[in-house]
Amino acid sequence: MTNKEKESKNNKSSISVFFDEVSRSSWLVPILAIFSGLLVGGLIVMFTTDEMYILIGDGQIFEGLSLGFRAMVDSFVALFTGSFGSPTKIIAALQSGDDLLIRRAFNPFLESFVASTPYIFAGLAVALGFKTGLFNIGAEGQLFMGAIFSVWVGFAVKGLPAIIHIPLALLAGALGGAIWGFIPGWLKAKTGAHEVINTIMMNYVAFRLSEYLLRGPLMRPETFTPVSPMILESAELPRFFESPIRFHLGFFIALFVAWLVYWFMFKTKWGFDLRTVGANPRAAKYAGMNIVRSTILAMVLSGALAGLAGANEVLGVNHNLALAFSSGYGFDAIALALLGKSHPFGVVLSAILFGFLRNGAIRMQIVGIPVDIITIIQAMVIIFIAAPAIVRSIYRLKEPKESDEQTFVTSWGAN
Amino acid sequence: MTTTLRKKIDYVSPSRQRWMGGIQMALALGIWAIFSRSLETGTFTTFVMTPGGSEFELPNWIFSTLPTLNTFAMIAFAFGAYQFIKGFGKRTNLILSIVVGLFVFSFLSWATAEKSINLAGLLKGTMVRAVPIALGAFAAMINERAGIVNIAIEGKMLAGALVSVLIGSLTNLWIGLIAAIIVGGLLAWVHGILSIKYKTDQIISSTVILIFATGLTSFVSARFLQKYQHLNSSGIFHSFPIPILSEIPFFGPILFDHNIFVYAMYFFLFFLYFALFQTRWGLRLRSVGEHPKAADTLGIDVNKTRYMAVILSGMMGGFAGAYFTLGSVGRFDEVMTAGRGFIGLAAMIFGNWSPFGSFGAGLLFGFADSLASKLAILGVNISSEFLLMTPYIATMIVLAGVVGRGQMPAASGQPYEKE
Repeated sequence: MTNKEKESKNNKSSISVFFDEVSRSSWLVPILAIFSGLLVGGLIVMFTTDEMYILIGDGQIFEGLSLGFRAMVDSFVALFTGSFGSPTKIIAALQSGDDLLIRRAFNPFLESFVASTPYIFAGLAVALGFKTGLFNIGAEGQLFMGAIFSVWVGFAVKGLPAIIHIPLALLAGALGGAIWGFIPGWLKAKTGAHEVINTIMMNYVAFRLSEYLLRGPLMRPETFTPVSPMILESAELPRFFESPIRFHLGFFIALFVAWLVYWFMFKTKWGFDLRTVGANPRAAKYAGMNIVRSTILAMVLSGALAGLAGANEVLGVNHNLALAFSSGYGFDAIALALLGKSHPFGVVLSAILFGFLRNGAIRMQIVGIPVDIITIIQAMVIIFIAAPAIVRSIYRLKEPKESDEQTFVTSWGAN
Repeated sequence: MTTTLRKKIDYVSPSRQRWMGGIQMALALGIWAIFSRSLETGTFTTFVMTPGGSEFELPNWIFSTLPTLNTFAMIAFAFGAYQFIKGFGKRTNLILSIVVGLFVFSFLSWATAEKSINLAGLLKGTMVRAVPIALGAFAAMINERAGIVNIAIEGKMLAGALVSVLIGSLTNLWIGLIAAIIVGGLLAWVHGILSIKYKTDQIISSTVILIFATGLTSFVSARFLQKYQHLNSSGIFHSFPIPILSEIPFFGPILFDHNIFVYAMYFFLFFLYFALFQTRWGLRLRSVGEHPKAADTLGIDVNKTRYMAVILSGMMGGFAGAYFTLGSVGRFDEVMTAGRGFIGLAAMIFGNWSPFGSFGAGLLFGFADSLASKLAILGVNISSEFLLMTPYIATMIVLAGVVGRGQMPAASGQPYEKE
C-alpha cells in the first residue's frame, strides 16, 4: 500500500472503514455466519446435557453422545415450533374450525413478528449511527427513555381520540430517545468526547432514572410495586386479532419507518451529508458539510428510533412500564445492525430473524434450554460477521477484491 | 528511569479558571443555602467512629452541626473566590477536590443532624465496594495503556464470578480463584485474536466478548446451578485483620480488616504503578500504546506486547469477578456484576489512565455506592438512585474536558500493521 492510500484510509472514520470491509464481502458471509452461530449454539446445548455425561461416565459412550445429539435436535425443533408454530397443531386447528384453536395455533408465528418489531426500530437506530461513523451503544438507555416518555403520555394525557393520542405517544417516545441521543451527540461534536463511553454512561443514568421514576412519581397509585399505571385505551396500538394474538400495528409502523430511514439516508441531501461524514469526515469538511450538525443530527435521529422501540413495546405489547422491561434489545440491536450491513432493509430482515429466534427461545425453555442460548448465538454471529476472515477460512471462500482488514477506532476522548 | 511520554498539564486557561471558581463558589452557596438554612441552632451530628464488630472502640464524634457547616461554607467560598480572581494554577484540581470533599462532608453532617451514622462503617464499606471498581479500572488501564480498547471487563468479571464459584464449590477457594483468573485470561485471549490478528474494530470485538460472556454465564447458571445447588455454594474468603496495622486508631479497622480482595487491590495499586512507570517492561507497554510505530522501530514486538497486555488485563478482570462470589456472597446469580465493570471503565477515565487516579476514582465511586445503601437508613428525602448516577455523570463531565482534559494513550484503539 502506498503512503497516499494509507493516508486516505487514515482520514476515514473508524467504523465506516470497518463497514466498507464488511459490506464488500458477499451476502454469503452473513448467511454462513447465521448458520455457524446456530451450529455453535446447538453444540453448546449438546455438550451441556448433563445426562450425556452420566451415560458416558457409565461407559455407554455411544448412547451418551446420541442422547446429547437428540437434545440438540429437540432444542432446534422447539426453536422451530416456538417461532413458526407447530404444523400438526395448525392442521388440527384448521380441521376443527374452532376460532380460538386457530388463533392459538397461529399465535407463535405472529408473536415472532411482535418480537421483531422493537428489533427493527433499535436496529435502525444503531445502523443509522454506523452509517454516520458513530457507534451508538446507548440504544438500550434511549429505549428506556422513549418508554418512559410514551407511557407518561399514554396514561396522563386524557380525553384524546386514538387517532391523535397514539401518534402523540409515539412522538413522545421518539422525543425521549432523541434527548438521550442528543446529549452524547452534542458532547461528541463540541468536545470530542467519545460517544461509546458517553452512551454507556447514559444507559446507566437512564436505568437509574427509570428506577427512581417507577418507585416514585410514575408508580401506580394503589400498588407498592414499581410498575407504572396502565396506559389509556386510546393510546394502545390497535391489535389485528383477538386474544391471545398480540400482533399489532407497530410492526407496520416499523416497516414504514425503515422505508423512511432508507429514503432519508439514500435519497435526501441530509442523508447524503450524514453518509459522507461517516465515510470520510475530512472530505466532508472540505466539501463544506457541517460535521457538527451532522453528528448531532445522527445521534438525535438514532436516539429517536431507539425511543420508538421503547414506545412500541409500551403502547403495543405491555401497556405499562415495569422495571427492566427491555431485557437487552439495545445490545442485540448492535448485532443485527452488523448482520444487516447497516442497510435499513438488511436491518429489517435481521430483525425478523432475531425476533423469530427470541420467540422460539421461549419454547426452548420448556425443553430445558435457557433462553440465554439466543444471546450466545447472537455473539457467535457477530464474531463471524465482524471477522469475515474467520468465516472465509472455515468455508474456504475467496477473499474479496482489494480486501483490506484494517480498521480504525478513534479513542475515548478528544482528538 | 522516570521518562514519561505524556506531557504534564500545568496550564490552566483563564476561562477554565473562572469556571472552576464559579463552581466552587456555587458549591459553597449550596452548603449554606441547602444545608445550613434548613437547620435549627443547637443540632448535633453524631458520627460513630468504630465499625461494627471491631474490638478497638473509639468514642463517638459529636459536633454542633450549624457552626461546622457555616465554617465549611466560608472556607469553600474563600477558595472559590481566590480561584475566580487569581487562580490556583496547577493546584486547581486539588482545590476543586477539597471543595467537593467539604460539600460531601457537609451533606453527610446535615443528613445526620439529630441522628447518628456509623462513619467508620461507611468508610469500611467504601473500601469493600471499591474493590471491583478499582480492579476493573486496573484491568481497563493495562489494556488501554497498550493501545487496546476494552469495554468487555464486565464480561470477564461475570465469567470469573461463575467459574470461581463452580470450581470453588468442587475443590477449594484458592483453586476457584485461580480458575477465575485463567478463564478471564482465556476470554481476553479471544478478544486479542479478534482485535490484533483479525483487526476487528476493537469496540465491536469487546462488545462481542461482553455479549458472549453474559449469555454463557446466564445459560450455565440457568441450566446447571438451579439443579445442582451444591455447585453454587463455594463459601467465601473471610476477612482477617493485619497485625499491628489494624490496630491504628480509626484507620486501622477501616483499611486493614478485610478479606484478600481488598489487600490485593492495595497490592496491585503499588505493583502496577511500579511496573508501568518504573520498569523497562512498563515503558515498552506504554510506548506500544502511545506510538506503536516508534516502538516497532526500536525493536519492540508491538502485537506480542499487546497480546500480553490484553491477557493480563483479562486475568485481572477474572480476578475482579471472583470478588463477587468468593469475596462477597459465595454464590453466583445471573448478571450479578450489575454494571461494575462499566463503572471500572469510568473510574479509569476519571482517574486519567493512571493507577493512583483509578484507585482514587474507585474509592470515590465506592463511597457513592456505600452511601447510597445508607441513605434509606438515614431517612433523607433524596433517592439513592440519584447518588448511584453520580459516577456516570462525573465521568461524562470529565470526558467532556470540563475539569481538565484527560491524557489518554495516543494510539488507543488503533490496530497496528507492520509495513
